[in-house]
Amino acid sequence: MSYSLLIVCYIAASALFILSLGGLSRQETATRGNTYGIIGMLIAIAVTAVGTSLHGSMNVTGSGYAVLAASIIPGALIGAVLAKRVAMTSMPELVAMLHSFVGLAAVLVGIASHIAPIEQLTGTEHTIHAIEVFVGVFVGAITFTGSIIAFLKLKGSIGGNPLTLPGRHVLNLAMVLGCVVLGYLFLTGSPDQSLTWLLVMTGIASVIGVHMVMAIGGADMPVVVSMLNSYSGWAAAAAGFMLSNDLLIITGALVGSSGAILSYIMCAAMNRSFISVILGGFGSDGGSAKGPAMAIEGEMTEIDADDTVELLRDAKSVVVVPGYGMAVAQAQHTVSDIAKLLRQRKVNFRFAIHPVAGRLPGHMNVLLAEANVPYDIVLEMDEINEDLPETDVVLVIGANDIVNPSAEDDPNSPIAGMPVLQVWKSKQVIIMKRGRGTGYAGVQNPLFFKDNSRMLFGDAKKTVDILMGKLRD
Amino acid sequence: MKIGIPKEVHPGERRVAATPDNAKRLQKYGFEVLIEAGAGALANFGDDAYAAVGCTIVPEVRSLYNQADIVLKVREPEEHPTESCHEADLVREGGTLISFIWPAENEALVKRLAARKATVIAMDQVPRISRAQKLDALSSMANMAGYRAIIEAANAFGRLFTGQITAAGKMPPAKVMVVGAGVAGLAAIGAARGLGAIVRAFDTRLAVREQVESMGADFLELEFDEDGDGAGGYAKLMSPEFIAAEMALFKEQAEEVDIIVTTALIPGRPAPRLLERYHVEAMKPGSVIVDLAAERGGNCELTQPGEAIVHNGVTIIGYTDLPSRMAAQSSQLYGSNLCHLLDDMGRAEGYKVDLDDVVVRGAIVLKEGEMLWPAPKLPNPSPPKPAAPEPVAVAPKKEEKKGGSSTWLLLTGAALVGIGIGAPPNFLSHFTVFVLACFVGYQVIWNVSAALHTPLMSVTNAISGIIIIGGMLQVSGPVTSPATLLGAAAILVATINIAGGFLVTHRMLGMFRR
Repeated sequence: MSYSLLIVCYIAASALFILSLGGLSRQETATRGNTYGIIGMLIAIAVTAVGTSLHGSMNVTGSGYAVLAASIIPGALIGAVLAKRVAMTSMPELVAMLHSFVGLAAVLVGIASHIAPIEQLTGTEHTIHAIEVFVGVFVGAITFTGSIIAFLKLKGSIGGNPLTLPGRHVLNLAMVLGCVVLGYLFLTGSPDQSLTWLLVMTGIASVIGVHMVMAIGGADMPVVVSMLNSYSGWAAAAAGFMLSNDLLIITGALVGSSGAILSYIMCAAMNRSFISVILGGFGSDGGSAKGPAMAIEGEMTEIDADDTVELLRDAKSVVVVPGYGMAVAQAQHTVSDIAKLLRQRKVNFRFAIHPVAGRLPGHMNVLLAEANVPYDIVLEMDEINEDLPETDVVLVIGANDIVNPSAEDDPNSPIAGMPVLQVWKSKQVIIMKRGRGTGYAGVQNPLFFKDNSRMLFGDAKKTVDILMGKLRD
Repeated sequence: MKIGIPKEVHPGERRVAATPDNAKRLQKYGFEVLIEAGAGALANFGDDAYAAVGCTIVPEVRSLYNQADIVLKVREPEEHPTESCHEADLVREGGTLISFIWPAENEALVKRLAARKATVIAMDQVPRISRAQKLDALSSMANMAGYRAIIEAANAFGRLFTGQITAAGKMPPAKVMVVGAGVAGLAAIGAARGLGAIVRAFDTRLAVREQVESMGADFLELEFDEDGDGAGGYAKLMSPEFIAAEMALFKEQAEEVDIIVTTALIPGRPAPRLLERYHVEAMKPGSVIVDLAAERGGNCELTQPGEAIVHNGVTIIGYTDLPSRMAAQSSQLYGSNLCHLLDDMGRAEGYKVDLDDVVVRGAIVLKEGEMLWPAPKLPNPSPPKPAAPEPVAVAPKKEEKKGGSSTWLLLTGAALVGIGIGAPPNFLSHFTVFVLACFVGYQVIWNVSAALHTPLMSVTNAISGIIIIGGMLQVSGPVTSPATLLGAAAILVATINIAGGFLVTHRMLGMFRR
């Protein structure tokens, strides 16, 4: 296959990737988009396997096919098993793990490209290639270790609390500077030593990745995951530069900007600047600096399952606000059954999703979809907020900070200014909660003390099961 | 501690201060409940119902008062018809009485209770703050009265409320005007709407417009710029010009509507006169006026408190016992209000008359005979104004972002110039591709709906597995060379990504359905 044909195929693959992302703009076209992505990927791999490189030799030759088969087949099998097995509640972990693979691959490709460059370069071109390798490995290493930490945090193997070492900003800065120095040595030093410098830098970048994600609290995980998504894209783009491969560059840039936009959306949803999230330590020192939080008046009023069922029976409109607690308790299927039952009884039943509910952008949508909730009754914050004052009953299931009125009322609150679901404007709010504790942000929630709020304590899954049973009778 | 519930003695009063349900709750709070025989009979709660939940039935009213630490009543104490003494004198020396008292109107009664060294809490004096809503007996009774007003009106009105077109001809819907959109007014609007009438409402407080409209009524407005919002959720007295305009509006409405319900009250004053004789005479024969302010003098000139009269074909209902006409429900609500109060005061165990508690301080009239009424005024604005500051707060933030973006533009420009000077053409062609791809990505991703953010991430994950190509370009050397091994490892992990990402996306998207 000639080089020109290869390039044309790459262009086709790039176009398919763009169509794939474009297809995700709506549910109706999303499946088709995914198919485009698969076709694009198959074309790209196939033509690379049989295609000719710019300098006339084949991209993959002789023993290369054996190696390719030996690595691609187990990889595909492992991927397929992972995709089949993963529970929808564990999507954040899977996504974080996949990010780490991209990072790892970028590191491996970068080092390999340094050991055995495809083309012999000289002068400025050589320097640029060296810089590309160095940057690619740097970003790849941060993505790799950062994603692993994110994975462990999401899985619960490491606590969600931010790790705030004294002088952590200085530490980060020192490590980055160290990498820059190593980069200088890498470019100017003798060729024999350059591999050592590259490996040392990889080590330091890995530590930066670990340290950076360790310092970010559990509630900021949606931002971290989308940020790592972005990094994995930039790592692929850097690999494209070092291999002079436009397909990699285009794809990397697409993924990189996608992740960056998601991070921006998540940050905007929490009214935090991207920088402050990355610097981490949220919830531990953010609040105290601004003065005391507003005192909370009133008291919590409890309600039992029977009364809740009464309220639900009488209600004409019900809104459910799901949060991470619903995901943890695996309550989405029963909640979906309740939705179905009440909708049959002509109740205007809807779900309200806050952009940062859960631990991954769009996490709640996926859970509800898994539980067969039709997506046209799942509304976003901006769509539902104006309807809340006319809503008879709002059920908050395992959510806390995203329904906290102090974000609007109390300028001293650590979450001040974050847009929230204004559930307190409805006629009655029922909050299902495991205990009296605060949310991930560690902020007390005045919602619980409002006159129209009732607390329904207990495990979310058990409670909704009881509600479902009584509603059916 | 013992709670005593006597039978109400006021003629025609059917309510009781606690239903069996309430009594059960009081016992849960640790109180022992004594009830006078037959106390709940007129509200359809027999003695056996009370006995069944563990109350002690006391046949003798004197012994009930003597045993009880706290006496719960509905009406303020008055001359006892059978015991030939005043109810206030029955209260045990140093005992506690919780009921409606109306201390401003009943000075003699308060003095009488003070002589008994009694502690007296007036349910009518509970401050109207949001924390005290659950023990606001005036509101719960007003709610009942508003509902009943419509039922009484429907009873006296010789027509249907809802419009119908039948084979025998057309029946127009009834038109109802409600004056005063407080709790009672809103309840009346709701009941009238429920029966199918066309409802319009008037209130001097412009803040209630939204509430009126939320109940499905039209809000009548004067072309007049004066807001009648006084303290504590009540209306204030309006200027003469306003009242003149109001009268003209009522005249116009009186000619048109079939039923008028008036609920206007101003605290500490007789009820405002809203409907004069000429208003009544302007109404169609068969129309009905229900005056909920009858007890305080009435909003209508012709109202006879406690009676229904017919003037010129118009029925004017001035019943003062509307809540009592629905004794079972009213008793239940009033009893719940009392339960909430006793709950707040620390239940049986921690029972305390705490003057630092604003609710208790507001409602208390006497403490061990010492006069504590009226309570110092609470600064207390009525319905919170809609949160106007919000948009103001948002605007400056956007400004800030603009400032930031111009700095970024400059930095980006500088970086581009730097690349232009230093980089070889080969690099620049890749760089062009890179920048354009970033822009394409930016445009495409903003269109992705929020619900699909998770599938988006897993697709981008799969796509970034394209780095597999980097690995493929490295594997053609000798099988054992480090570059080949590294390349092979890269292919392996990238393939996991590609397969895993696409398949899990496929799985997720399969779940989204309409």
